[in-house]
Amino acid sequence: MGWPAITRRLCAGAVVCLALSWGEATLAQPPERVVSINLCTDQLAMMLAAPGQLVSISRISHDPNMSVMLEEAKRYPTNLGQAEEVFRLEPDLVLAVSFSSPYTVGLLRRLGVEVAQLPLANSLDEIPQNIREIGRLLGREVQAEELAAQFKSDLARLRGAQPETRRAALHYANNYTSGVNSMAHEILTAAGFENVAAEAGLSGGGVLAMERLVMLMPDLIISGQPYPGTSRSEEVLHHPAMKALRENHASGALSDAEWVCGTPAVLRAIARLIALHDGS
Amino acid sequence: MTGLELKDFSVARGPCDVLRDIELSVEQGECLGLLGPNGAGKTTLMRAALGLMPHRGESSLANLPLKERAKTVAWLPQTREIAWPVNVETLIALGRLPHLAPGAKPGAQDQAAIDRAIERMGLESFRPRIATQLSGGEQARVLIARALAQETPVLMVDEPAAGLDPAHQITLMETLSAQARSGHTVIASMHDLGLAARFCTRLVVLWQGGIAADGPPAHVLTPELLAKVFHIRAHIELGEDGPIVQPVGVI
Amino acid sequence: MRRALLAVLAVLVLALFSVSLLIGPAGLAPAEALLALIRGDALAETLVMREIRLPRALLAVLVGAALGLAGAAMQGYLRNPLAEPGLIGVSGSAALGAVIALQTGFAAAHMLALPFAALAGAVLAVLIILALAGPRGGSITLILAGIAVSALAGALTALVLNLSPNPFAAAEIVFWMMGSLQDRSMTHVWIAAPFIALGGAVLLLQGRKFDALTLGEDAAASMGVHLGRLRLALVLGVASMVGAATAVAGAIGFVGLVVPHILRPFVGARPSALLPASALGGAALVLMADIAVRVILPTRDLKLGVLTAIVGAPLFFHLIYKTRMQGQL
Repeated sequence: MGWPAITRRLCAGAVVCLALSWGEATLAQPPERVVSINLCTDQLAMMLAAPGQLVSISRISHDPNMSVMLEEAKRYPTNLGQAEEVFRLEPDLVLAVSFSSPYTVGLLRRLGVEVAQLPLANSLDEIPQNIREIGRLLGREVQAEELAAQFKSDLARLRGAQPETRRAALHYANNYTSGVNSMAHEILTAAGFENVAAEAGLSGGGVLAMERLVMLMPDLIISGQPYPGTSRSEEVLHHPAMKALRENHASGALSDAEWVCGTPAVLRAIARLIALHDGS
Repeated sequence: MTGLELKDFSVARGPCDVLRDIELSVEQGECLGLLGPNGAGKTTLMRAALGLMPHRGESSLANLPLKERAKTVAWLPQTREIAWPVNVETLIALGRLPHLAPGAKPGAQDQAAIDRAIERMGLESFRPRIATQLSGGEQARVLIARALAQETPVLMVDEPAAGLDPAHQITLMETLSAQARSGHTVIASMHDLGLAARFCTRLVVLWQGGIAADGPPAHVLTPELLAKVFHIRAHIELGEDGPIVQPVGVI
Repeated sequence: MRRALLAVLAVLVLALFSVSLLIGPAGLAPAEALLALIRGDALAETLVMREIRLPRALLAVLVGAALGLAGAAMQGYLRNPLAEPGLIGVSGSAALGAVIALQTGFAAAHMLALPFAALAGAVLAVLIILALAGPRGGSITLILAGIAVSALAGALTALVLNLSPNPFAAAEIVFWMMGSLQDRSMTHVWIAAPFIALGGAVLLLQGRKFDALTLGEDAAASMGVHLGRLRLALVLGVASMVGAATAVAGAIGFVGLVVPHILRPFVGARPSALLPASALGGAALVLMADIAVRVILPTRDLKLGVLTAIVGAPLFFHLIYKTRMQGQL
């Protein structure tokens, strides 16, 4: 690509920025080449994009451990989310999230690429908004509205099915867990569990010392999914204290890719938790 | 009893022999001064005879098992090394290590040997002093006391008099010769021909890989030998206290 | 004097061990905690005491004793107060061995693969250091060799961790280079204890030979010290202790430097007396550091090596300066 092309892009970028600054104004033309550089925007974009509109998704969506839409994802080429390779794809819209690398996002914007950053969904109620936002960005408002409505009714049905309350703990590598104001907490409570991390006063994601977790005596321990290879961080998941707790008191379950993103996939996580609830 | 017996003894450094076919027998009661110019192989001879470096031929000391050898010969290397700031008494007590059974603490016998060595080197007032803080000469005396405390039939010392003031040089040589008179074997390398002539009962001169002369001081320290081996002229005279050798010029 | 010092150190270790058992985020009252530890009838409290705090305190003792004793032994052998397993790359190489065992899966397949791999890494490092620094362990060659070994071991450790398919592994270079006892278990105690005990026994038996070495290699050899055997004992003893300690706790620096340095005057600088004292002193120092990391930043996994370096580095500067003043550097 020569200088004229870059200049054209820069001008286009300026116009788009101007347009976005007006707020809710939609784009005149739906974008034709959309690149997603985040696992969660990958999912929403794959659900909503028109055929051919989405040209690349993030590499992580091809990881069987992380992807909830593996079959679907394999139909798309992947990127590593680096500015250089994304720019070369000549996108007219890049989908990222609020915590995407500010360097990558800044660099792409300086190169005149429009980057939309989706806010992180910390509650189930924010998911329809995110669906609609992606729909608006892709010019697929009708499909987004349909998906959002479907999600709302599915969620309402699951929430209605919740039985009595039991106490659960999320236990990830490095004793990481999720308190109130997190998607994982919402998934737990929607499935009728009380989150012990919330009892411990934790808000958002954070570390809950294993000692405290043991003292809270949860009835269910939902561990982070194991990754290939070994790490000291994950050793806590099989720590003898946690094993003993599972053997003598609590039941165990695994969290997985369905817990990660604020997308309709969380409904499957809730459903499985409810089944666990009923089964035990 | 023989103090040291070397037979057909050679030491190589790389491809060359530093010492060749040395025959030497040192008896009980002898105070042997090992002389020779720099590089003649005095240190090499003693270290190899102890078995501390590779050699060919026989050495009665090197043949002994390690523990046995440590009870037979005490060795004072030329480099005066004191690695840690231990006190003088502790340092001298190290000489008793070969006599201690595994795990045993030094007993009354060991303490007596330590006290004797301290007394002989006149170090009584130095007992609690930190050895590394002493002057070079004082350190030398402490290290000699360590070797004496080992109380072995054979004492082998490498340039013990170097760095001592005249009074301590003489005291040291008197100690060594008294040690020999009391039935020990003393082998000391030296540079001071005067001290060697005055205090040793026997001198061995190393030169060009072999023994150039061997015998009582008066027989060994001839003007011819001094000229040939050391390239010096010396004033030699038989005094009341034994031979007096004073180098006076270089040839 | 020496007996009294050992008694004082033993009491200190015991006291710190108890404090270590009583400190933790679970907020157990001391009496409650001890009852749970001994009687074991309350599930949660007992798990906290027996499976989380006890192994942590035991490992602090084991790892500290290993590092203190290994430091004193290396210094005794090389006759250089700057010789320390962490500084000269022995711990770093042990960490490399451990990381290789973990990431290749050997450690998961055989329980002893982890400590043996760490031991192998440590042996290699000690051999390289001895070869480069020579028998007298001159300060400059020792430190230069240590820098080279540390740098290479650190880089290779980072490489192995970066090649791991595990997303957490790469971030754990900090653990391997700084050390931590957070969330260790009795499994780790059983992995490390035999190696540390064996290495400790080997090194403690060499005390007299280190004493003899005070007079130099030649004098020591003439006093019946078999130098070759002593070197072998040193290499295996140090590698076994440092290897096992590093395999379970990461590389914790400066313990082997600080502890012998502080205790040397109290034992009249005798290397043999310094060995048991340094083992106890090392245990006390690591217990203290491990208590401190939990008190200073209870919610974060502050690395032990951070604290030991903050205490140890200024002392290291002082030692370098002193060594230079004595004209040995």
